[in-house]
Amino acid sequence: MSRYTWAPGYCDDGDRPQIVTSRFKYDDGYSLERYLATGGYAGLKAALGRTPTEVHDEVKAATILGRGGAGFPAGTKWGLTPQGVFPRYLVVNGDESEPGTYKDRLLMERDPHQLIEGCLIASYAAGLSQCFLYIRGEMALAQERVATALNEAYAAGYIGKNILGTNFSIDIVLHWGAGAYVVGEETALIESLEGNRGMPRLKPPYFPAAIGLYGQPTIVNNVETLSNLPWLLVNGAAAYTAIGTETSPGTRMIAVSGHVKRPGVYEIINGTTTFREVIYGEQFCGGIRDDNELKAFIPGGGSAPWFLPEQLDLPFEAKMVGPAGSMLGSGAIMVMDHTTDIPAMALTLVRFYAHESCGKCVPCREGGTWLMRIMERVVAGRGTQRDLDQLLEIGQTITPGQYPHAASERLGIAAAPFPFKMTTICFVGPSAYNAVDSALTLFPDEFQAKLMKRTSIPVTAVGAGS
Amino acid sequence: MTDIPVDPNEVRLTINGHEVVSTKGEMVIAAAARAGDYIPHFCYHPRMEPVGMCRMCMVDIDGGRGPMLQPACMVPVAPGMKVDTESPGAKRAQEGIIELLLANHPLDCPVCDKGGECPLQDQTFSHGPGESRYVEEKRHYEKPIAISDLVFLDRERCILCDRCTRFADEVAGDALIHFNSRGNDTHITTFPDEPFSSYFSGNTVQICPVGALTATPYRFKARPWDLAQQESTCTTCSVGCRTVVQSSRDELLRYMGVDSDPVNHGWLCDRGRFNFESVKSPDRVLQPLIHDGTEFVPATWSAAITEVAVQLRAARAAGGVNSIAVLGGARGTNEDAYLWSRLAHEVIGTPNVYPQMGDGLPADVLLLDRATIDQAATASTIVLLAPDLKEELPVLYLRLRAAAEKRRSRIIEFTPKHTGLSRYAWRTIGYEPGTQQSVVEKALADPEIAAQIAKGDVVVVAGRANLAETTVATVAALRSVLAAAPGSRVLPAFRRGNVVGALQVGMRPGEGGLDTRSVLQAAADGKIECLVLLGADPLADFPDTDLARRALAGARRIIAIDTFLTQSTQLASVVLAASAYAEKSGTTTNLEGRVTTVAQQVSPAGNTRPDWMIAAELAMELGSDLGYDTIDNVTDDIAWHVPGYEGITAAAIAAATDGIVAGAPTGIAPLAPIANPIGERNSYDFRLVVSRTMYDEAVGTATSPSLAHLATPSMVHLHPLDLGRVGTTEGAAVKVIGSRATVVLHVVADDSVLRGTVWVPFRHSGANVGDLIDCTAAVNDVRIENI
Repeated sequence: MSRYTWAPGYCDDGDRPQIVTSRFKYDDGYSLERYLATGGYAGLKAALGRTPTEVHDEVKAATILGRGGAGFPAGTKWGLTPQGVFPRYLVVNGDESEPGTYKDRLLMERDPHQLIEGCLIASYAAGLSQCFLYIRGEMALAQERVATALNEAYAAGYIGKNILGTNFSIDIVLHWGAGAYVVGEETALIESLEGNRGMPRLKPPYFPAAIGLYGQPTIVNNVETLSNLPWLLVNGAAAYTAIGTETSPGTRMIAVSGHVKRPGVYEIINGTTTFREVIYGEQFCGGIRDDNELKAFIPGGGSAPWFLPEQLDLPFEAKMVGPAGSMLGSGAIMVMDHTTDIPAMALTLVRFYAHESCGKCVPCREGGTWLMRIMERVVAGRGTQRDLDQLLEIGQTITPGQYPHAASERLGIAAAPFPFKMTTICFVGPSAYNAVDSALTLFPDEFQAKLMKRTSIPVTAVGAGS
Repeated sequence: MTDIPVDPNEVRLTINGHEVVSTKGEMVIAAAARAGDYIPHFCYHPRMEPVGMCRMCMVDIDGGRGPMLQPACMVPVAPGMKVDTESPGAKRAQEGIIELLLANHPLDCPVCDKGGECPLQDQTFSHGPGESRYVEEKRHYEKPIAISDLVFLDRERCILCDRCTRFADEVAGDALIHFNSRGNDTHITTFPDEPFSSYFSGNTVQICPVGALTATPYRFKARPWDLAQQESTCTTCSVGCRTVVQSSRDELLRYMGVDSDPVNHGWLCDRGRFNFESVKSPDRVLQPLIHDGTEFVPATWSAAITEVAVQLRAARAAGGVNSIAVLGGARGTNEDAYLWSRLAHEVIGTPNVYPQMGDGLPADVLLLDRATIDQAATASTIVLLAPDLKEELPVLYLRLRAAAEKRRSRIIEFTPKHTGLSRYAWRTIGYEPGTQQSVVEKALADPEIAAQIAKGDVVVVAGRANLAETTVATVAALRSVLAAAPGSRVLPAFRRGNVVGALQVGMRPGEGGLDTRSVLQAAADGKIECLVLLGADPLADFPDTDLARRALAGARRIIAIDTFLTQSTQLASVVLAASAYAEKSGTTTNLEGRVTTVAQQVSPAGNTRPDWMIAAELAMELGSDLGYDTIDNVTDDIAWHVPGYEGITAAAIAAATDGIVAGAPTGIAPLAPIANPIGERNSYDFRLVVSRTMYDEAVGTATSPSLAHLATPSMVHLHPLDLGRVGTTEGAAVKVIGSRATVVLHVVADDSVLRGTVWVPFRHSGANVGDLIDCTAAVNDVRIENI
């Protein structure tokens, strides 16, 4: 079982590359002392020894995919900023709040200096003027550790003016969120950072790279994405791409929760590791609790369509998971064994999204709550077939057309691939419908079983003559 | 595509199968609306930034990658784009949104003020699914809640479209309402202890797409289908906002803003929107009154007109035509002013005619190259030598604020007190009254300002920023700006409703005639045999109350034509009952010279008559037939005879959507300025600044119950750092000692006031600041002493 109370189930045994979790084995991995003793800030020194363009090219060559959910290559994203417009900002998206995801929290709690070093390398490579670190409001320990690490790094001259004697200077500003799921969406995060209500911005522009924070070019990167940079700069792009597959190089962190023997965060090899290995592998979760049967699992956080045991052999590769009807998202796997009450599970997720809707677009604001109300009724055994039809109808208003789902041999249905259409500004609306759709599509019987059993009401015909 | 667009900004796209020509940057929803393809929407408003909240305008847009459902309010047009507003997918999306919006919207249409003119109701019928499948309980809130003195909010009806909040933030600059909470619990709220006290709050009621926002004066007063309406122009101030005047059963019930592109963009200020209550006031003068020595006695029109004619003849016999004076005329229509000027100049023969009440600039400012509001709002540089536009010409403030906010224009403001526009100005340069010319010249020597001015395209907004000084220093400063920026245009910020129209059609001094101050001085000296007050109230409106008081006491006879018995008209021997706004038709001229219609929507109250008719009758009684029988005759006669109004006939105005801008007047003789020396301020003294605010004791406001209580008592405002100098504290009463009188006022610490000056609002309740003002002194200084 877990060696660290702070990292449930994190397991470093087995012969796997450790790009971002190498210091998780130390109790004081968050201190500058330990960081320096284990090769810390070597990546920064390596970067400062080269020109920004060379560093940028190195990152591009490594094709680090963004780990926030969308999987956009980081090096390409940096290149989208317009030339010659200053100031330009780096915003670190530490508002990790996707249901089931807690990998960034560990990275910030256990190895904050690695993240800081990553921020510095990114700022140097992309020619950025200032860095903002946005940490989710609920993550008290992460805030404390990052704040301490920032102070240490400032004192040691890694941040601030003329870093390590070069003419590279940058400040990192720490900002604590107020706790809203939608702020994980990059434009909502920027709004929140500016002091406004955390609501997504209108698209286009689709990326804040051109017009972002305070109307300036802004790069928004995930914590894990940036934490990869120190290792990359020390070991080089070739070493990085040697791990994983061509389209999904390197490692990635996944957070497993639910009915497995050892839930926790694992660093896995990208692109080749399969869900079966993660859930059943002895060096990972070690199988389902009590050796129960697997009923379904969610491969990429609460917003991802569900998978059945039939999809266990898919690898962590977006190009294969997408056509199979789901997404890798933020790398959170939620496992449900055969004891799971599927409608109740769906209700739990709907309730979360209905509560977290920012209230901006109508389909999400009104539709999410309506979905929740109907699901509550169904789960309580007071639903009717009309309610089930209505769930799908509301879904059609939020995401018109075919919503992605997995193939099921039992039901004789083929996979509906990604992506889906949506009438909302951001993905929160479709996410609210996501669990309902997966549950209804893959487990229709469980809903039927919960419908209100109408007993015939005895009718006495008054005055009919007897 | 063989034909290449000529205009590089031209974009051709296809909407519902027909080609539409649009311009770059236009949103699909606007292009479709122009082409006659209505796309349903709630949050989109053409005068505000799109926000994409309601998702009602989802249509199929094919930008080259196949049709996709996209919000038409957020997608700009692109060449070759194909839009289908009625595809099955679009219809399904629109029906879905309506169903979701109605899920929590109470179906109380039968008792809702909006029912019958409600975008949600209308679009439910035109684009909705026809039935609701929502069986759950709806959201509940306490309702309605007062978010300001004028506006009520019903959060159950609210569909959270962001229109009112965007208006408050983007257009008015008073971001006092905002969303609170999130998801299904999102609701509009004010900040704790801060009501939505915006001067423009009524606009939120007008643009609300449901009945969530209602305004006190109209709540439960009428149903929309019972309203009759006509387009008209607001004459509360000289901006001339286009309005719709609505009535039911011959009772005025509501004004709504009309989107006139060159003028008001659909917005109105609350004062202009709600002062229709004044027209219905029980205090109106409803019939002619003749004073019999002890009290006013109601009289017939013929008796009253005869009596006026008798008095005018007697006055002429006693003192000649120069002893008769006509003051006022700025409250009425062009036709009223034209006939009164003809009556005065041609029939009576007096040259002493003037519509301004000592609160404007000399009329010859109108001879300068005049800017339109649009030119001002798109100029590279706007120079303000004007009063606080937010207080006096509110919708002009909105236009200039937008110009600065959208980075079209830079505002250089010269002011004796920070104004509503100071926040948006590129440079705000304060001056002590009397020193503006040297301050302006010094500023113009600043390299940055000089470079800005040198870019050209300068518009100067010129008006009276301070009633406690003569116009000399302001006019000199204006000349300095014009000399530094040749070719710049001037927008006269004269505040009275139709003052520009009155001046242009002839209400101005003839050969050797006197302006208002000189008339009042002559009256005080006993040289005026008959003073005609044409809607003028010198005791309340003329800055120098002492002079006004002496003048009204010194004038032998006073004839008043007015809608109310004001302080001044109570001293008259004959009061002729005038019809009010919306009780008479005609035309009006705004500050840029735009001539627009004023519509008669209700019958004149009681036995009142329009001013022009009174003038015609009086002329007849005096032996001259002016020869008019309809108002259109008068309008056409103005077009025929008045320089600048050529071609502005009744038919031409009726055909023009946004009115017609009149040309420059001719023959306005420059008035001799009072060239009193501007003394140095004694260091113990404060220089007095007096200006108007939106809600004061003006007749239209004071007789509108919804607005009357918004006026605050008179206070003396000092800079916080000057409080110590006087040795007083905020809220304490102090003696304000002028050269003529002492008044007692409470102190307000106000950092918008410059050090060394004090500001007192004009015409507020309590002690009268007019008692302190000597209108012949170049500037007025006061001393402040503790009691």
